[in-house]
Amino acid sequence: MTTPVYAVENLIIDLYTPTVSVRAVDGASFEIHPGETLAIVGESGSGKTVMTLGPLGLLPEGVAIDMRGTARADGRDLVAMSQSELSAMRGGEFGVIFQDPMSALNPMLKIGPQLAEQARRHAGLSAADARKEAVSLLARTGIPDPADRYDRYPHELSGGMLQRAMIALALAAKPRVLIADEPTTALDATVQAQILALIRQIQKEDGIAVVLITHDIGAVSVLADRVIVLYAGQIAEEGSAIDVLTRPVHPYTKGLLASVPDFRSEISSGTREIPGLPPNQTKVEPGCRFAERCSIAQPSCLARRPTLLPVGDGSVLHRAACPVVLNAQGVAHQ
Amino acid sequence: MTTSPAIETSGLAIHFKTASGLVRAVDGIDLTVARGAFHGIVGESGCGKTTLARAIVGLQTATAGSVRILGRDRTTWQRDDRKEFARTVQFIFQDPLGSMSRRQTVGQTLEEPLQIHRLGSATERRKKVSELLDLVAIPSTVLDRLPRSLSGGQRQRVSIARALALNPQILVCDEPLSALDVSVRAQIVNLFARLQAQLGLTIVIVAHDLAIVREVCSAVTVMYLGKTAEEGVSKPLFADPAHPYTQALLSAVPSPDPRIEASRSRILLEGDPPSPLNPPTGCRFSTRCPVAVVQCRTAEPALRLVPHTGQAACHLADSGTHPVL
Repeated sequence: MTTPVYAVENLIIDLYTPTVSVRAVDGASFEIHPGETLAIVGESGSGKTVMTLGPLGLLPEGVAIDMRGTARADGRDLVAMSQSELSAMRGGEFGVIFQDPMSALNPMLKIGPQLAEQARRHAGLSAADARKEAVSLLARTGIPDPADRYDRYPHELSGGMLQRAMIALALAAKPRVLIADEPTTALDATVQAQILALIRQIQKEDGIAVVLITHDIGAVSVLADRVIVLYAGQIAEEGSAIDVLTRPVHPYTKGLLASVPDFRSEISSGTREIPGLPPNQTKVEPGCRFAERCSIAQPSCLARRPTLLPVGDGSVLHRAACPVVLNAQGVAHQ
Repeated sequence: MTTSPAIETSGLAIHFKTASGLVRAVDGIDLTVARGAFHGIVGESGCGKTTLARAIVGLQTATAGSVRILGRDRTTWQRDDRKEFARTVQFIFQDPLGSMSRRQTVGQTLEEPLQIHRLGSATERRKKVSELLDLVAIPSTVLDRLPRSLSGGQRQRVSIARALALNPQILVCDEPLSALDVSVRAQIVNLFARLQAQLGLTIVIVAHDLAIVREVCSAVTVMYLGKTAEEGVSKPLFADPAHPYTQALLSAVPSPDPRIEASRSRILLEGDPPSPLNPPTGCRFSTRCPVAVVQCRTAEPALRLVPHTGQAACHLADSGTHPVL
């Protein structure tokens, strides 16, 4: 097995706003290896963005955070790093694309020079080489007439083109990990398909690791090798995309997938729903966070935090945090 | 009268004058929604679907053409008896928070239409409010809460309950699911389907989630740049779309099953949809259409019968055949 490019262990993140504190991530561990695409799936508030971007110091300003556990990249401990150290490390290691391209691009500056600046700073190119690199990045991300677009301002580009420009910007520093936070949510269906195809192409060509943070099961199915399902800050299930999406074990994963209608299935199963709502995470509860919505929950589910254990379907990577299901399948639970 | 459709638009156009020119948001739509139908309107941003929905209920003034609701001209109906119109047709907004007063409790929000329309005594109104909550499956404990303290799904339920307060026959909904999480979206979809069966409503829903539209809608209209590209009964249309744009749109929707994703080939369109400020001549899809011929760039196609028994606006499609991307 390769050395992970990003590894997080027993991560706990509490977020504080002036009025409430929320346990956004509650003891999560994950690793990302070079060349793989990992999808982190969850609904709003599940902690998927906080878990992935928190250790990198990329959470919105104005939110105070308390972080425990370890997070390592490039052989260094991120939790102990200062903001300036993180900032210096990030550029060359992690490229991030967001749902809203304008959160990454400066509206007052032309597109090309923003890319060239990244390439100069992190990849150490000369000004002339950085310009060439910027134009070639624009071309690579499928922007037509890149030499002309180099001198355009962000507002002169369409939504799909801006998304591509942001991907180009994220790639400019030659990162080892590309993190895509809801990259297609704001896009139209036909443009979504283009952007997913682009991310897949880049992943294949550069062999970089991709982390896809999303609630869109379709995007996961297109891109991901491996999937982590997050519920209320806890990992409910993880495994290969095929295992998790086609043979889900955890009641939450099952419910989530059942609520996504499959367009191409011949028999319409009817969209099923998970009753109730995700919990309020202001209190730290000892048990399974899904228990109150779960149809098979037992009293013990509320008392003890479930641990991730192999599902026992022959795949060591496929693990779920549900003693009720695992016991029923004859998997020992200590 | 009983045979007239729930909604009928004829040559409906809505143009906006903007600083950068004339936006033809809706540009000649003939839409018929049968009584009791669950009609989906789909298309990408800028196709005019929301503007069309707003024009149906009079939230948007038409530049040309007409809207008839249950056989009556909407403009004169709203002018002559606005309240009766409101008791017949209700609108549900994408953002429930924006459509409710932030200072009114759920109870007040639900009772207000009954007061405005002077329906029932105070006791009867309270009874109706609790019936409405039951209808949308919200516990009565939320009655004294403010919209802000509700979850997104609960808020959308409250806005649906309020739309139902006057027992309307027609609901027009503008992307009521877009702001919701996946598992909650399924709850609201099921709620719409149940309400439709229970109350015999006609529902028009603007949506961009095609899988959900196929799942719940009986009929569907696909819009592209202010025009109808294709329309018909939803199951056969989704099974055999005739218009190249519909085919591309459906192909763009990924399957949640990675085994299907790994094996199927996708149609990838070039570029973004053009701007409605400056729509292409001829067929509006011709600039992105992989099978366009010369005629497509010069002559605008009219809707005509296609194999799934609905209609499509494509020069290359007719009742016997259609292009396949």
